[in-house]
Amino acid sequence: MALNTDKNSYTVLFSVIMVSVVGAILAYLATGLKDKITENQRFEKQQNILYAMGVHNNTDESSVNFIPTTEVDQRFGELIKGQYVIQDGEATPQEDAFMIDLKKELDLIKSGKDGKLPLFIGEQEGKTYYIFPMYGKGLWDAIWGYMSVDESLTITGVYFDNKGETPGLGANIKMRFFMDDFIGESIVSDTGYTPIEVVKGNNDPLNSDKSDAEVDALAGATITGNGVSAMIKESIRLYEPYFEKVRSLN
Amino acid sequence: MPLLSKKESKLILDPLADNNPITIQVLGICSALAITAELKASVVMAVSVLFVLGMGNVVISLMRNIIPSKIRIIVQLVVVATLVIVVDQTLKAFAYELSKTLSVFVGLIITNCIIMGRFEAFALGNGPWRSFLDGIGNALGYGVILIIVRFFRELLGSGTLFGIPVLGDPIAKTGLYAFGYENNGFMIIPPAALIVVGILIWIQRAKNPSLVEEA
Repeated sequence: MALNTDKNSYTVLFSVIMVSVVGAILAYLATGLKDKITENQRFEKQQNILYAMGVHNNTDESSVNFIPTTEVDQRFGELIKGQYVIQDGEATPQEDAFMIDLKKELDLIKSGKDGKLPLFIGEQEGKTYYIFPMYGKGLWDAIWGYMSVDESLTITGVYFDNKGETPGLGANIKMRFFMDDFIGESIVSDTGYTPIEVVKGNNDPLNSDKSDAEVDALAGATITGNGVSAMIKESIRLYEPYFEKVRSLN
Repeated sequence: MPLLSKKESKLILDPLADNNPITIQVLGICSALAITAELKASVVMAVSVLFVLGMGNVVISLMRNIIPSKIRIIVQLVVVATLVIVVDQTLKAFAYELSKTLSVFVGLIITNCIIMGRFEAFALGNGPWRSFLDGIGNALGYGVILIIVRFFRELLGSGTLFGIPVLGDPIAKTGLYAFGYENNGFMIIPPAALIVVGILIWIQRAKNPSLVEEA
């Protein structure tokens, strides 16, 4: 019997069955893989935080190598001595503070409400590191990262990532030659807190001057660079009142 | 008996050269322009298209006798979208690093005209095995062009290949840069891809005049 595929009733029936089958497949897939995907996101955040702190497997001058996912959970537990959430001016310890959706919290703060700000305290070889997250806007989409400072508020490491900056231009904020420039700059000077700025033409492309609070911009990525500056400025503005407070906790 | 008959191997080899989806059929140009700015992304994109087109062609071919002709385009879209989500979710779970590079291009795969074009032109009228070969062939033809375009864009635009500097250091002025060579920033932006694709089309037709369309 040949199927009459032109009949309206057949078309409707076909669509109903197709949608149900496809819906079932996708729902099954989504539930089945959800745990695994969340775990990957956890590992990624832990890797990023540790990277900012200077814990990584970098072997050469140019590539970014994280702690492998098989070890990261354990290393994170060993090195990160405190995970705090800052809310209403108080820092309270909270487990898995890195799973906080910073974008949502920043939106809350922008609308005048109290948002939760995660802060991590790491310890390695007797040195203490304060690591805070950053979130902002590049040219096309979101950019984010972590910054780690020591007790004298000198940057010990940063990590940047982006959702959709131009490959080869703005997306280079996650390259070593850009991120490494931040190390050694200080976020505090005689005149108060100084957010590090990404600037063009500061006559210091190799960034040997560590006291100018300036980092050489990426050619062809002006707006992404400005985004990075704005993101750092915003984060330091938010965390500034608490740096002192958190330091006294230890 | 060889693995593939002569007709079957033609299905794979033709799209690589004389029936290339990008340079001859001029399909899938948009994604070819957008994602050829980085060699790694191009390779990931080519592999994803290979999977989606190979699988999709088989699925459509199996269903070709029961798909209502009135809504066949919608059915094709649903098949592509489902496959793309399956790829995306699986990568997120098992190859997280790769999925971060790919996720931006998921939408581009769904709208890639090569996929809809092959479903419509081939899978609806042929058996699953031949459709599979056709899908693989076209995806490879697409991938080859992507990688060629990217090769020139990355080399001339950034002086690197796969992110590794090959022409020296532009800041420290070593290698070629010591002789006054400069990277061409224009090669990084999408219009440069259009020019590279255009040159490829020109070279291919100059070598094989039978490909030239009647004006």
